[in-house]
Amino acid sequence: MSGLLRRVGGALPALAIVLALIGAWELYAAGGAVDSLLLPAPHEIAEALWRDRALLWDNFLVTAGEVLLGIVVAAVAGLGCAVAIHLSPTLRRAVYPLLVASQTVPIPIFASLLVVWLGFGLAPKLVVIALIAFFPIAVTTLDALAGVDAEQRRLMRTLDASRLRTFRFVEAPAALPGLFSGAKIAVAVAVIGAVFAEQSGSDKGLGHLVQQAVPQLLTARAYAAVLILSAFAIALFGLLSLAERLALPWAFEETRGGRSR
Amino acid sequence: MPEVTEAPVEEPRPVSAHVGVRVENVSRSFGGRRGAVQALRGMSLRAAPGEVVAVVGASGCGKSTLLELICGLQEPDGGVVEADPAVLMPQRDLLLPWATALDNAALALRARGVGREEARAAARPWFARFGLAGFERSRPAQLSGGMRQRVAFVRTLLAGKPVLALDEPFAALDALTRQEVQAWLAQALREAPRTVVLVTHDVEEAVLLADRVVVMSPRPGRAVAELEVALPQPRRRTDPAVVALREAALRALGAGS
Repeated sequence: MSGLLRRVGGALPALAIVLALIGAWELYAAGGAVDSLLLPAPHEIAEALWRDRALLWDNFLVTAGEVLLGIVVAAVAGLGCAVAIHLSPTLRRAVYPLLVASQTVPIPIFASLLVVWLGFGLAPKLVVIALIAFFPIAVTTLDALAGVDAEQRRLMRTLDASRLRTFRFVEAPAALPGLFSGAKIAVAVAVIGAVFAEQSGSDKGLGHLVQQAVPQLLTARAYAAVLILSAFAIALFGLLSLAERLALPWAFEETRGGRSR
Repeated sequence: MPEVTEAPVEEPRPVSAHVGVRVENVSRSFGGRRGAVQALRGMSLRAAPGEVVAVVGASGCGKSTLLELICGLQEPDGGVVEADPAVLMPQRDLLLPWATALDNAALALRARGVGREEARAAARPWFARFGLAGFERSRPAQLSGGMRQRVAFVRTLLAGKPVLALDEPFAALDALTRQEVQAWLAQALREAPRTVVLVTHDVEEAVLLADRVVVMSPRPGRAVAELEVALPQPRRRTDPAVVALREAALRALGAGS
């Protein structure tokens, strides 16, 4: 229990900064220095949040669904790539350059082209999100797998372990911390990807909502949508951190050498 | 990026029921960055089944290569290596940090496909015998160096091979712990005799534990002297016979370089 209190207490400085920034913003905006249609004050955003809550919620569900599905696809693709490349030097030579090249595609333009091909539905969004999010997962997992102690792998050989068993008992668990690091990056960029994808061709979702709200000068609503998206990304990040603690208890234990994470 | 190693193919070794270890006139080189490094040249070694042979030599004289050859992890460039199935206990304990001590020891069985509960049941009695009772569920980071080496030794034993190749198993321990663990190893081998090839840079340790001590020259390594240690166990460092043998081995070590 005291650990929890300590962690909450540790969040106080960050919270204080956020509150100070919001306060400064409120003073600046409500003081009349800028038109509320150009930069709404925090209290106006709060009002929009409440007023448009049904609309925001419905569109949030759409975007959240895209993000979560996209992350699942990205995780499967990223993990699959990393494992395959790790186990097969031939695949590494063939696939790794393509992996890197996949990230040079300019997403906003590519998203529009995808909409032309795949329409306004879920498919183009999944492709965009998966494209952006699978890369950090693939790379960090691959690096973690490659970084596994070579002597430990040799030890498994002396114990007559097959390649698959070596992977299962030594390499996979050793690569988990790397996988989680990659996943944390992936969820952050996945939300961005969802917004890009929606803005390139969609009739629902929070990204689409923002795109519609700005020309209508419903700026407070747009900011409210952005706020929800950020909160969503933070929540996903937090959930992953929690999952990490559950999956890797050994990395968080108090050891003789201090904690490693 | 490191190359992925393949699992060893089960090749038929020229093994009769008990050959112990026979290394005859073996040479082994590696291509280093500045040209070939010859680790061993003309190295010979015999260990009868159940015998404990200690190999002493300066760092870099090829001792680890010798053990890997005995375990079948490498093939010699020249000469013959014939040995019963051997398991290597490497210099670092190489315990998996995420697994409990018991699961680490049981790894030797799980590597061969034994189920988890069965492997744990097989490992458990050894923990009591080696003074590790109560630490089955601890993780390696919570154990002392000496305890970790003991867990690694249980793992080595559980591999169930007749030959143990121990690579400086106590080098990383402080003097006091080392004495304890040496005494404990001597005891363990009395209870469960195996053919042991023990590599160490500590001449005294060699004399305390082995039936025979082989002295290696610096690289390229070969045997320059062999000393019989026909003393009863338990031996003490202060025994005059032990001291005399230690001095003889040190002289041979110095003479060979």
